[in-house]
Amino acid sequence: MSEQSLPALAAPATWRAPTAEGRPVRLLLIGVAVAFIVLFLGFPLLVVFIEAFRNGAGAYFGAFADPDTQHAILLTLLVAAIAVPANLVFGVCAAWAIAKYQFRGKAFLITLIDLPFSVSPVIAGLIYVIMFGSHGYFGPWLNDRDIQIIFAVPGIVLATIFVTFPFVARELIPLMDEQGTQDEEAAISLGASGWQTFRRVTLPNVKWGLMYGVLLCNARAMGEFGAVAVVSGHIRGLTNTMPLHIEILYNDYQWVAAFTVASLLALLALVTLVVKSVLEWRFSHELANGPR
Amino acid sequence: MTLAATSATFRSWRQPSIIPGFGLTFGVAMVYLSLIVLIPIALLILRTTQLSWAEYWEIATSERVVAALRLSFGAALIAAAINAVFGVIVAWVLVRYEFPGKRLIDAIVDLPFALPTAVAGIALTAIFAGNGWVGQFIEPLGIKVAYTSIGVVIALTFIGLPFVVRTLQPVIMEIERETEEAAATLGANRRQAILRVILPTLVPALLTGFVLALARGIGEYGSVVFIAGNLPYRTEIAPLLIVIRLTEFDYNGATAIATIMLAIAFVMFLTINLIQVWARRRFGYV
Repeated sequence: MSEQSLPALAAPATWRAPTAEGRPVRLLLIGVAVAFIVLFLGFPLLVVFIEAFRNGAGAYFGAFADPDTQHAILLTLLVAAIAVPANLVFGVCAAWAIAKYQFRGKAFLITLIDLPFSVSPVIAGLIYVIMFGSHGYFGPWLNDRDIQIIFAVPGIVLATIFVTFPFVARELIPLMDEQGTQDEEAAISLGASGWQTFRRVTLPNVKWGLMYGVLLCNARAMGEFGAVAVVSGHIRGLTNTMPLHIEILYNDYQWVAAFTVASLLALLALVTLVVKSVLEWRFSHELANGPR
Repeated sequence: MTLAATSATFRSWRQPSIIPGFGLTFGVAMVYLSLIVLIPIALLILRTTQLSWAEYWEIATSERVVAALRLSFGAALIAAAINAVFGVIVAWVLVRYEFPGKRLIDAIVDLPFALPTAVAGIALTAIFAGNGWVGQFIEPLGIKVAYTSIGVVIALTFIGLPFVVRTLQPVIMEIERETEEAAATLGANRRQAILRVILPTLVPALLTGFVLALARGIGEYGSVVFIAGNLPYRTEIAPLLIVIRLTEFDYNGATAIATIMLAIAFVMFLTINLIQVWARRRFGYV
């Protein structure tokens, strides 16, 4: 960059700015970086689609005729439809309480909210098995009342909520903190109620950040494997989400069908990345941590 | 306690504000946090009290558990080291250079965050299995990747890259060009300036990214189980051993391994915080 801004006359062909790398070094580094990303990240993504279409489009779309596959897709949508709004409400509440007020122990509270990110997904499933499983704390009590949480949909929802817990909150807290409290204080002084202030003043300020958090939360909710695998029991047509169904198909040597379901989730990942990138380019000033 | 006393302690704990809704939002957040995260984790830790110390110690030091923890930790360590090297290059290239397709590459870096781990797992297996895309060429050379510990390292490298790149990028962006110019003015060549002026300022961010990738790698499950082969003592990772104990309804065994992993995660977390405290003192930024 600084190379180009210098007057061309003063620069002989071999000259370079002392604060820039030479052309060979630059090309080498770009080559290494691009090759690493393309081979390590891009290639596996491509393989998913190639393997899914290995036996042609007929086999690809035929795989969706399997009722178990259809059920897995519906269950994944259902779980995300519960887990994401639940974490959205929590994220907004937590961000409001933490960013708009000053109180002691704030940093510790934020640490606790981030806790699920540092816990292995398998442990995320395990904690609910310990609570609600047949040998768990509340297992016998639930058993007597014929309520099933583990190896049933409620357990899957709980485990998904746990692993996607921090996404919305950790996006909103720094963003609302940056924006301060003047806007809200002005609105309240002018007679707006708390709810009006939130809806008319705060929400428009944070809407892109909110969307960003929801986007990442949803991607993880639909794709979670480890935590859900522990609590699901892998009952086909009942407690199989898409990632779990991929595992079952794969272990059944239904190669194309496994990659077909995988391609749907890969597509979801691609859409997530595109929307995320668009949000980052267009609204970087309205996301936490400013321009990226 | 009287109402007046309650509100007095409340006030000293929180600064007064005219914005309404603290009680409601704080209450909802705390109840939800407690129910979903804090109570279940506390009950998990409490569950270990059903084991005596001797029993706990026996599980923790049993050959199979030690082998699994060693594999999880060792593979995550190697993967994080690979990511540290390539992460610096990728982050540097993405911040400092212009080239066609840069935005695309920048977006793909986040793929491991967005791609479900099970999808990554079967894709990597399809690539590295003996009859796979790459496997069919390297296996005749005697390099077996799938169903060995190398496969575990590959999967964890895939998972960990964005942690290093995304921690480094903002820090590289913040480097003041003046320091590089000063180095050049004082006679340093570019290599000296990079090695002795730029890289040292990146160390804290690099370490943070390294530990983040390491922590994620130790707990990772989905992308690993497909490519690892899951042989006890050889290619069985610690999270898988928890799952196996659970399918045997050995809740105590699962809990014991889980608490060891929680302790490791806690140490990682402390390490990151110490790095940041140190970086703030040494370099004046987080």
